[in-house]
Amino acid sequence: MAKLESKIPSGPLADKWSSYKSGALKLVNPANKRKYEVIVVGAGLAGASAAATLAELGYKVKCFVFHDTPRRAHSIAAQGGINAAKNYQNDGDSVHRLYYDTIKGGDYRAREANVHRLAEVSVNIIDQCVAQGVPFAREYGGLLANRSFGGAQVSRTFYARGQTGQQLLLGAYSALMKEAGRGAVSVHPFEEMCDLVVVDGQAKGIITRNLVSGEIQRWSADAVILATGGYGNVFNLSTYARGSNATAIWRAYKRGACFANPCFTQIHPTCIPVSGDYQSKLTLMSESLRNDGRIWVPKNAADCDKNPNDIPEDARDYYLERIYPSFGNLAPRDVSSRAAMRMCDEGRGVGPGKRGVYLDFADAIQRLTEDGVRERYGNLFDIYHEITNENAYKQPMRIYPAVHYTMGGLWVDYNLMSNVPGLFVLGEANFSDHGANRLGASALMQGLADGYFVIPYTIGDYLATQKPGSRPKIDRSEFAQAEENVRGINNRLLGINGRETVASFHKRLGHIMWENCGMARTKASLEKALKLIPELRAEFWQNVKVPGTGATLNQSLENASRVADYMELGELLCRDALTREESCGGHFREEYQYPDGECKRDDDNFGHVAAWEYQGDDKTPVRNVEALNYEFTKMSVRSYK
Amino acid sequence: MVAENHTTEKNINVTLRVWRQAGPSQPGKFVEYKASNCNPNMSFFEMLDVVNEELTHAGEEPIAFAHDCREGICGTCNLVIDGKPHGPHKGVATCQTYMRSFADGAVITVEPFRAKPFPVIKDLITDRSAFDKIQQAGGFISVRTGAPQDANAIPVAKDAADLAMDAAQCIGCGACVAACKNASAMLFVAAKVSQFSLLPQGQPERDQRVLAMVAKMDELGFGSCTNQYECSAACPKLISHDFIARMNRDYIAATFRQTFKPKSAAVAGGA
Ligand code: FES
Repeated sequence: MAKLESKIPSGPLADKWSSYKSGALKLVNPANKRKYEVIVVGAGLAGASAAATLAELGYKVKCFVFHDTPRRAHSIAAQGGINAAKNYQNDGDSVHRLYYDTIKGGDYRAREANVHRLAEVSVNIIDQCVAQGVPFAREYGGLLANRSFGGAQVSRTFYARGQTGQQLLLGAYSALMKEAGRGAVSVHPFEEMCDLVVVDGQAKGIITRNLVSGEIQRWSADAVILATGGYGNVFNLSTYARGSNATAIWRAYKRGACFANPCFTQIHPTCIPVSGDYQSKLTLMSESLRNDGRIWVPKNAADCDKNPNDIPEDARDYYLERIYPSFGNLAPRDVSSRAAMRMCDEGRGVGPGKRGVYLDFADAIQRLTEDGVRERYGNLFDIYHEITNENAYKQPMRIYPAVHYTMGGLWVDYNLMSNVPGLFVLGEANFSDHGANRLGASALMQGLADGYFVIPYTIGDYLATQKPGSRPKIDRSEFAQAEENVRGINNRLLGINGRETVASFHKRLGHIMWENCGMARTKASLEKALKLIPELRAEFWQNVKVPGTGATLNQSLENASRVADYMELGELLCRDALTREESCGGHFREEYQYPDGECKRDDDNFGHVAAWEYQGDDKTPVRNVEALNYEFTKMSVRSYK
Repeated sequence: MVAENHTTEKNINVTLRVWRQAGPSQPGKFVEYKASNCNPNMSFFEMLDVVNEELTHAGEEPIAFAHDCREGICGTCNLVIDGKPHGPHKGVATCQTYMRSFADGAVITVEPFRAKPFPVIKDLITDRSAFDKIQQAGGFISVRTGAPQDANAIPVAKDAADLAMDAAQCIGCGACVAACKNASAMLFVAAKVSQFSLLPQGQPERDQRVLAMVAKMDELGFGSCTNQYECSAACPKLISHDFIARMNRDYIAATFRQTFKPKSAAVAGGA
């Protein structure tokens, strides 16, 4: 059994982080910092901010990305905004309220101390980003503007038009480039991590494949940081970038890092519905639209094929406003997504295949004029028009939920270190702060919190225990073995020469996942998935076709190796979902619900983190448990009514 | 910006002439492929996905092309379609191009961005790392992570913030370079320089930044700007060429000040 020590500091909730950081954490002296090498994999918000900050502190940093440049990571696509407890609006916000909203939003499945720290540093993030020149939206007086987001009753979201993720990422990227320019970070583009090297029980390096030359290389370091994002592409269709993948975290899992709460996946309520079989990705329409748009379906299924503008007011069911009067269209993501699903299950969905609901701006246009709406959301309306060829100023948008984010990830302690010493995991790749559901505008907050304000302190606590200059040489057997492992996987994939393409297998896997482990899960559906996935995996390894060789740029091989990992990860996700016999946040088990369809948690039996430990390819993984001790906040029924 | 489209609901057939090149030093050539029965609501990349599936089944290597977000924000995609970087429509990236933009029976030429500073890696994929190098030369504000002043202690007039945001939208795709007959990177550099020079936070390094970034751009072999403005026309974010004029003013002022600025005789270190 893995040792899961959360290392939560003692003391009052509001003092934990500040007293821990100033007292308990070990420091590395400035002259020694340059003797340590740190590998950072990924350069999204978490990775880029960590790499830049660690380099500023004096560590030698190597940053690896599979993209052609670190500015491409999918953090860039986050539209709506970033939360911070600045209370600039004087509407009653505070660190405690942001903490409370986040822990409640996560359906009481996150650690109190982690979430409180996140809320505390949220204010520093905004200061930092403004100092870097991030052009946040402003009011006429020159001060920062805010808007509201789902799951909150205050306006605490900072934004840069509909491109907040882009601007924050470019801010972190510019800090990274500043450090690269002075030689403090070496950036390695087109270099995909394919294995973790563990020496004497500690993470001491990685193996990469260069996606241009095909070369497989060994890299050693004193510590390894993974900031490689989430695993939502296990569902194939999602709002993730096509290249987003779970290979780094999955291969680290197979080297002993525990995978926590994989079944906590987020289905975002407002995405553009699937239009056809060829579909390669789903596009998000920012949640910020729910500030002014009203969601409805026809009351009567017979009206579903009508032109929405011809359906009179009293024949429309504004179901979120009806069911959740106090939060209305701003109910949290999991709640809104399931409500949309229920409406469509009742046969009241609209658009192709009847899997869609309306998001209507007619009232907002009356109130703000068309130009007013354009000023707030113009780029989103344009995206919608591009994709659907429909004008949302004239007729309501059609939206439907889609896979958007994964709250689960590698298990980490309060220091963001996994159970493999020396391996740190940041941002969406870890499991730590969002519990069973993430609130809107909190992903950007967590990525930057981890990278700018947590890891720079906590990594020292580990490095101080490592003798400077003691990192292993890459000719050690552990490196050779890991390299062999990577070569073995790739050669096997290239050698099968079967009849079905990688994309086709990915589609089939995604279909199994979405049908059986999507927005609503049952014991029977999960057991079915747990039978289908291993069968599909066996078929994959016999019949996949990967053209070309490993010695050049080969996108088929890249995809095959990522899909091979999803074939395993999907199974773990379903296993976790089957074992968690309760409903909470994004994990909805139909057997556990209140008569009104809301999640029925079981705090006595499942008020814990499930951290899965790999035991070997054909063995059932071990389910370790970390109890969640709620000392300061009461786990209560989450209500948005 | 929203594209004008053929309003066909009917599936269409097109012929592709695609640039195939096995590696950086290998010769390339156009190869013809058929894409049949394309749904007009399919994206251009989804159409290429289908063609690649067919190639794979036929035992051929699929067409390598760069893509990631497929929603016009990451800047990875970079195709020249019928001679136009990012295809027929203004204000969108390649990944936001849909088959409804093409007529039934069309012959469509597909090439990588062509510019000396962006060598071809394979087929339609080019190496745009030169942009990172320009950025490293000065595309940042030198603040360390730590405790800067409260964000609202630096008020920024809404107009300036909005204009800075217009510039900051650049997705770093390189279409401006590919569209320019001189392969100039002026629009890319001007966007970054202007974002910072419009904001109070960017003032201390203003001169140094523009001088260093322009010098690096020249050193990397990007050409000079002859005011044709093909760059803005090809830009998926429609970044205005006004920013080039703005940067030119900054550059001249910086050069002037650099020459005549009184310099402190103090040296670092001391007691
Ligand atoms: S693929 Fe990201 S901008 Fe086109």
